[in-house]
Amino acid sequence: MALNLDTYLGVHADALKLQSKRMDVLADNLANVDTPNYKARDLDFRTALAAAGSPDAAVPLKTTDSRHIALDPTTDASAALKYRVPLAPALDGNTVDAQQEQAAFADSTVRYQATLTFLTSRIKDLMTAITGS
Amino acid sequence: MSFKIFDIVGSGLSAQSVRLNTVASNLANADSVSGDPNTVYKARHPVFQAVQAAMNQSAGALDRASGATVRVSGIVQSTAPPTERYDPGNPLADEHGNVYAPNVNVIEEMTDMISASRAYQDNVEVMNTSKDLMLATLKLGQ
Repeated sequence: MALNLDTYLGVHADALKLQSKRMDVLADNLANVDTPNYKARDLDFRTALAAAGSPDAAVPLKTTDSRHIALDPTTDASAALKYRVPLAPALDGNTVDAQQEQAAFADSTVRYQATLTFLTSRIKDLMTAITGS
Repeated sequence: MSFKIFDIVGSGLSAQSVRLNTVASNLANADSVSGDPNTVYKARHPVFQAVQAAMNQSAGALDRASGATVRVSGIVQSTAPPTERYDPGNPLADEHGNVYAPNVNVIEEMTDMISASRAYQDNVEVMNTSKDLMLATLKLGQ
């Protein structure tokens, strides 16, 4: 029986990658908390995970010129990157709400750790199967 | 987990520390009077700008779209007029007995300092959390 590690780890490998990307985006927001005209963004996790899980669903773009940038369907989750609807935008055009970003970052952290726990248990199961003890 | 988050957080930390530096400079010079309104110290404030990170072609669309670090694009001097004060006993006073105090608003500077310090703490917290998660990821499966 051939074991495909990707199928064995399931959705968790993709989820881990996407949570870390979400944390990148949230860190962007927190770093730019006082930048004029900066618009806060967040990753729509459900859309991103769906895009990561089904690469065939994305319509490929044809490149007819060497200068065209090919769209890689497997990594195109940029559609999931959305601007936050501001509750109270600042006068300088900045829409970052530090408290909201902190809460989102904490949420992302916990989810990342949960995914890590899932992955660890899957690997432990595999080790049990290999060593037979 | 990518190491990009450290670049982002690092840029935030350095931008906020530049802001703290200007606050310190403004507060330290709040009473540096001069006899000439043109040479008196002017309050300084940094201007922040979001920088989209340059990515190579192999980076995914999401990688290219995210990853905006922050940089200080410049330091501007306040154009508010300096405060004129009649103080003929001051050796720096002009012929009318006036000295000019910097246009530093101490209350504004203090609130700016609190805001900068909070933003700095936020960034430190993000860095600590990311570091912990990265170390946990390294120990995956053990």
